[in-house]
Amino acid sequence: MNTESVPLKNDTMEKSGSEAQTVVAVCLGTGGIAAGGDKVFKKFEEEIKKSGLDAAVGKRVCRTARTGCRGLCSKDVLVDVTIPGQEGLTYEKVTVDMVSQIIEEHLIKNTPVTKWLAKEDYHKFHDSQQRLVLANSGIIDPENIDEYIARGGYSALKKVLETMTQQDVIQEIKKSGLRGRGGGGFPTGEKWASGARYSADEKFIICNADEGDPGAFMDRSLMEGDPHAVLEGMIIGGYAIDATSGYIYVRAEYPLAVKRLRHAIEQAKERGFLGKNILGSHYSLDIFIKEGAGAFVCGESTALQYSIEGKRGMPRTRPPQSVEAGLWDKPTVLNNVETFGNVPIIINRGADWYSKIGTEKSKGTKIFSLTGKIKNPGLIEVPMGATIRQIVFDMGGGIPKKKRFKAVQIGGPSGGCLPESLLDSPIDYESLISLGAMMGSGSFVVVDETTCMVDMARFFMNFCANESCGKCPPCRIGTTLMLDILTRITQGMGEEKDLEVLEQMADEIKTMSLCGLGQSAPNPVKSTLRYFRDEYVAHIRDKICPTATCVALHKYEVVPEKCTKCQACIRNCPVKAISGSTKEVAFINKEKCIKCNLCYEKCNFMAIK
Amino acid sequence: MKTTNEKPVADGTIDLSKMEKIFGKYKNVKGALIPILQFVQTEYGYLPEPVVDFISERLNISVNEIIGVATFYAQFHLKPRGYHIIKVCCGTACHVKNAKALSSKVHEKLKININETTEDKLFTFEEVSCLGACGIAPVVMIDEDIHGELSPDKLNDVLGKYEKPGVQKN
Repeated sequence: MNTESVPLKNDTMEKSGSEAQTVVAVCLGTGGIAAGGDKVFKKFEEEIKKSGLDAAVGKRVCRTARTGCRGLCSKDVLVDVTIPGQEGLTYEKVTVDMVSQIIEEHLIKNTPVTKWLAKEDYHKFHDSQQRLVLANSGIIDPENIDEYIARGGYSALKKVLETMTQQDVIQEIKKSGLRGRGGGGFPTGEKWASGARYSADEKFIICNADEGDPGAFMDRSLMEGDPHAVLEGMIIGGYAIDATSGYIYVRAEYPLAVKRLRHAIEQAKERGFLGKNILGSHYSLDIFIKEGAGAFVCGESTALQYSIEGKRGMPRTRPPQSVEAGLWDKPTVLNNVETFGNVPIIINRGADWYSKIGTEKSKGTKIFSLTGKIKNPGLIEVPMGATIRQIVFDMGGGIPKKKRFKAVQIGGPSGGCLPESLLDSPIDYESLISLGAMMGSGSFVVVDETTCMVDMARFFMNFCANESCGKCPPCRIGTTLMLDILTRITQGMGEEKDLEVLEQMADEIKTMSLCGLGQSAPNPVKSTLRYFRDEYVAHIRDKICPTATCVALHKYEVVPEKCTKCQACIRNCPVKAISGSTKEVAFINKEKCIKCNLCYEKCNFMAIK
Repeated sequence: MKTTNEKPVADGTIDLSKMEKIFGKYKNVKGALIPILQFVQTEYGYLPEPVVDFISERLNISVNEIIGVATFYAQFHLKPRGYHIIKVCCGTACHVKNAKALSSKVHEKLKININETTEDKLFTFEEVSCLGACGIAPVVMIDEDIHGELSPDKLNDVLGKYEKPGVQKN
């Protein structure tokens, strides 16, 4: 079997087709569009046309390009200007008003507008990543299949169809050590092997793009930024298990991803990468998009299949496993978006090369959505085994407003939090589980000293209680009861015995629930109890919220040692209940105070409790 | 479902002819119920009772089952909603960046609670679990537009723009 690495044609796009064009690339992911990317893109188009750059003979030819998400959404709109023969430069936070000046000075006079160029943060964020799956995101136009092909796209599919048998593909994926990126971490090769074992008149391959974890958006960005990579991985997977059709189940909340996938499927069909007799081979596959209708539990594989069938998305007991009887009782293999994104890379570069990245049991890279109290929130891709410290401080730039790092919640409502003392622990499937967290889909929410961990646990429990499908009582009733206790604690009505009850219920729900939602729902409570028990105790015994987050426990008093006399609270108090001056520590008049919490929020020095 | 003050479309005037297009598209397609309900939701803004009856008849699925599906998913609504839909994101990233204050702002400004519609039927206020735009948290989605890095004051301005008469969706 050929496992030699096939070099990716990384630079063909620049060389071929476009004779030394200046390219203005505008980031048009959801983040970019929200920041006004559409308007900036249009303005560039108009202005370039007006200035004559577009049509000028003998002058530089210029074109505008749209790209997908570049990851650093907090600096959007990001615009790359690449003049042939020079290194590309990136502008950050571009607005419509800045467009003419950039064109005038950079494109025409070739003197970049230095004051608007991306700062050190942007480069630090990018340079310390290892972008494999996201290699194309933010570089190519996601709506143009030629740009994907120019960067080596669909060469893996070609290789598979021309030189590899189904077993070859499965063996290669097994050897690479790729594990499911949706959370569980099940070896992808094993799953495909068992999927291939069952034969039937119809077999399905499903891409799980129901990214319901609040705080995660890597699947969305990948689908928006590089939809063809997902399709290619899926077609290869379909070939390996001999699937007759494929479904991509996308959340309803991601209209742009749906649009770009639809477009990509059309294009792939036109070029013969999809449909009947793909690339002249005997293999045929059709892929359909199914839009979810807003239910977190549909991320669970059996629930997802019921939802495609047009039913309520409620998980069922297993066995039979999906590989034996899944969608419409036919053999079905279901993988996550990012998992499929890894497949073309493995095929192109070989399992040997791929398995050198990462740790012993977790291979390759993982994309995380880094959000919360962090300077540079965004999408990052790092090799498995990177430490939390690297992600938070090197790439994320640390905590804003001089606050202190407190914890990071990994894996969303199914995961757990890790405190400061674990900053140097590596991130891979096994380490996270041993520490009480979980890879989950890859959300990485940083919280600082102002975040109350009890409130955080309550937040996740509230989410799980809302999203519980109601089929099995441990999850339906258990999550609601745990939520009641947590709510009581945050309102200052907690009792000593609550913690024991919580721990016991957590174990019961975990062992007795039917599906992953219930089994993992108590994780945030368990991990906060493990690492931040003192906060629970403070709420219960002393009726104090150490971070002063829980409004019901606020005392609204100024801590004189911390007050810098900046008067921010005084300016923001809507009822003028705070007095003080540049010489005098602020004082809150409790009779006037309406407990609106604004002073607490506006204070940058944690001087109000 | 029928109450006196909810009569933007009286039963007799619901145009069922729009449905033929979608039934044609999903003829002989397995698992068509959800896409059809999604079509109805976009087209009518909610799932009107006569339409549900009609679907039941045509697909040969009981009304009971259709309502079962419709109430399971957050996307479907059995009551008419406002012209603009405000979705305040309550995902983790938005939560730690005080999305609660945004919800309070909507409540304060429009005098409606979660899942309620203003009297003039201009706005409906909802909270959603995550919009996946965590990089620019906290966010609010109005119709299909995402507004990021909001503060209560900024949200106030954004809402103001939609309040003007004649603001069309997108």
